[in-house]
Amino acid sequence: MLKLDGVSKTYRVGTFGGKQLQAVSEVSFEVSDGEVVSLIGESGSGKSTIGKMILRLVTITGGRILFDGRDISTLRGNAMKTYYREVQGVFQDPFSSYNPIFKADRVFEIVRDHFYPGVNDREWDEKVRSSLEAVGLNPRHVMDKYPHQLSGGQLQRFLIARALLLDIRFLVADEIISMLDASTRIDVLNLLAGLKGRGLAVLFITHDLSLGYYISEEAAILYRGCVVERGQTEKIYDRPIHPYTQMLMASVPRLDQKWEDVEIELRAKQEEPSTGCVYFERCPKARRDERCRDQRPPLVEVEPRHFVACASAGKEG
Amino acid sequence: MSLRVEDLTVYYQTLRGDVRALECATFSLADGEIMGLAGESGCGKTTLANSLILLVPPMRHVAGRVLLDGRELPICDVEAMNRYRFKEISVIPQYAMNAMNPTRKIGRMAMELLRSRRIDAKRALPELERRLDLVELSHNVLKMYPIELSGGMKQRMVMVLSTLMDPSLLLADEITSALDVSTQKAVVKMLVGFRDREIVRSVIVITHDMSILYQIADSILIMYAGQLAEKGPTETIIHSPRHPYTKLLITSLPKVGVKHDETRLKGIPGKPPLLLDPPEGCRFRERCPVAFEACREVPPFLEIEPGHFVACWKETEPNA
Amino acid sequence: MAKDADRKKRNEFLYFALRNNKLKIGALVVLLFVVLASVGPLLTEYSPRAYVGPLAAPPSSEFWFGTTTFGQDVFTQFVVGLRATFVVGAVGGGLATLIGMLVGFIAGYRGGMVDEGLNVLTNIVLVIPTFALLLIIAAYLKVRGIVTESVFIGFTAWPWAARAIRSQTLSLRSREFVDLARMSGMRPLRIIFTEIAPNMMSYLVMAFILQFGGAILIAATLDFIGLGPTTGMSLGLMMQYAVLWGALPLGIWWWFVPPGAAIAAIVGALYIMNVGLDEVFNPKLRET
Repeated sequence: MLKLDGVSKTYRVGTFGGKQLQAVSEVSFEVSDGEVVSLIGESGSGKSTIGKMILRLVTITGGRILFDGRDISTLRGNAMKTYYREVQGVFQDPFSSYNPIFKADRVFEIVRDHFYPGVNDREWDEKVRSSLEAVGLNPRHVMDKYPHQLSGGQLQRFLIARALLLDIRFLVADEIISMLDASTRIDVLNLLAGLKGRGLAVLFITHDLSLGYYISEEAAILYRGCVVERGQTEKIYDRPIHPYTQMLMASVPRLDQKWEDVEIELRAKQEEPSTGCVYFERCPKARRDERCRDQRPPLVEVEPRHFVACASAGKEG
Repeated sequence: MSLRVEDLTVYYQTLRGDVRALECATFSLADGEIMGLAGESGCGKTTLANSLILLVPPMRHVAGRVLLDGRELPICDVEAMNRYRFKEISVIPQYAMNAMNPTRKIGRMAMELLRSRRIDAKRALPELERRLDLVELSHNVLKMYPIELSGGMKQRMVMVLSTLMDPSLLLADEITSALDVSTQKAVVKMLVGFRDREIVRSVIVITHDMSILYQIADSILIMYAGQLAEKGPTETIIHSPRHPYTKLLITSLPKVGVKHDETRLKGIPGKPPLLLDPPEGCRFRERCPVAFEACREVPPFLEIEPGHFVACWKETEPNA
Repeated sequence: MAKDADRKKRNEFLYFALRNNKLKIGALVVLLFVVLASVGPLLTEYSPRAYVGPLAAPPSSEFWFGTTTFGQDVFTQFVVGLRATFVVGAVGGGLATLIGMLVGFIAGYRGGMVDEGLNVLTNIVLVIPTFALLLIIAAYLKVRGIVTESVFIGFTAWPWAARAIRSQTLSLRSREFVDLARMSGMRPLRIIFTEIAPNMMSYLVMAFILQFGGAILIAATLDFIGLGPTTGMSLGLMMQYAVLWGALPLGIWWWFVPPGAAIAAIVGALYIMNVGLDEVFNPKLRET
């Protein structure tokens, strides 16, 4: 359904745009119908930027994004609207997603004005009711209220309901539960997973490895704008091959095992754009391999549905 | 060192009345213990930490006392607490790393901080440098501006400054929430290192992230809506909790190895009560799957096994 | 239930507005002068430049503010001038706010090259020596009215409002509800007016008040140095004539004190209102 082909995003920074910042660098992956793909990365990995590019909130500076085979960067006007009927997003901060001076259900009204202008009141109320039901919200508890009167979990569900009003086929979920309380997180997560049954595809953007494992079939690990490893979730978690993925798995605090003592090179503040592998500075294996400094390793399939971008990947056992 | 908190009750004064943020907190902390203080937002953990070190309006001390090494701390008297603050009890506040003055070099900020505590900055410098080595920060950091440092570096800097006078008790409030996974691990391990080297004697780590606590804490104290729910050794809390809230909380956390299609995790329906006019008795009552009539009275925080405390009628008096 | 919350929010502003002394006093003073400007001209049968009385006579029961060196009624001049002053404030200030909003919103929302371009424009207008420009205009337009002056002020005083509005817009634009509006197919202009501007209402109101006061001050200054309108009457013009015709050495204080004091009072009251409004809108500044 959705395909990213060598997508890049370069920002011009500095006075008069002298310097360049490569937020996303030639990222490629696919999402099929009814599939949840996790985009896992830390801050600065470019994961949110990718989400925004898919949602056309940020322009694409390189490569193409294809939705059902059509290049979305060429969409304008009505074609854009049609796109938004099928592709929507939910973001991290539930309280920032609502205009604080208006009631929360105004987001539904906006959808009605723009996408369903001809629908009569009774039909609309029915649509709203069934959307709210699908996300587990009781209309009497959430309609006609201001955002500050609702909880974070309710607000996020409300936004998912809004997306469902449009009969979307693809949802970009950018860290949607990271600002919620622990006890509500899992409910929203379950909701998202349940939507798969409707044929919905989800791009689940997160920094939390355990969430990625819980909900997705496929995962892509991002570091500084590049995909370093991707494939079937279980395969990546059971046998991480890229040094960065291995470092991530070793550093994540888990509830079922204690940390192993693994040497980690911490990030310094200044990170220069490199022509070689993005992980070169911190990679324990790279010292011995000057290819890593000069060339960006391509994504190589090391086993079915498991790709790694590492010069020493092929040599792993 | 030993810390003993007895019946500590602190409310917030607002236009609409008192927000009952902390009710009858009673617990002890042993020498060398790293205790995790966990709970969701609004449970009172930051209130508890602030009460121990800076109890200022709109906070209001209602009842209870705090004993540090057997002596009662004058927590209500901000002036009197000056003697203890930074020297015996110190805090790494939430968002500390973002609160550094961007126009001051780190070294200058450190000197000003020390001078404000009436510590001779020149004499403290060699120790400061030794501490920087401990957290793997180069001495050049003192000549840099905050914007030149990464999040992890700033956090480590704050850790060094907060512990410079070797406080007995360190309160670390959400020190990892804005950090990357790898930096988190390093910072948290350094905290343990401080304790191991006896730079600080005991630590209270406040966080909502249970998995971090599993890695470094000796014991965990769970709070809910201003009340203490359960306290015990880390293994016990994570693997055999007794309080219904703790049980539901632990089982709702996703872990690597658990897939949605195989195991459906469940959350806790409902939301925490507003503390402006909280329900009587156990505040978890409305969401608790095993609540019964006795829960209308506040359950006492009782020791059901050595070192394991629970505030739940079902656990302490199931036949009541 | 929700309607209560709605009312509570508006009541909250009203509650603090009514309790805020700065707002009350400032508004009262301005209101006083507005009333004076509205009904004043009805209380006098003279016209401002007519020679109606004894030369340079001090205030009396017949000529409440005395007369000028030419025997014109100062009170008539005063109330007519007051009207003109308010017109300049409203038109000039209003125009400046409008242009500032236009430039600020577009620059803040679009960003990129549009923002850069508008910034350059703003800086240029900021830096133009308005004085020199005025001299040139004065040389070409032999006859100028109040409206011309207002328009001139409007077109030169907008930069700081544009800057302020731009920065607020920039920060609001990065909020996710704007993204959500974009994903609903809302057009940028509509987003600016229905999502962003309402969030900045207090800001915009305050900006207008400041522009209003500023325009009055600028007009008074321009009038005073002779670059004001050639027809009609304004408080600044009164002061110009007074100084020109020797009111100071001759001690004809009733000619220049009323207009001067009025300008100071009005502008001062407006600024105090603004500070009060800031406290009302911004909960963190309140004294509770």
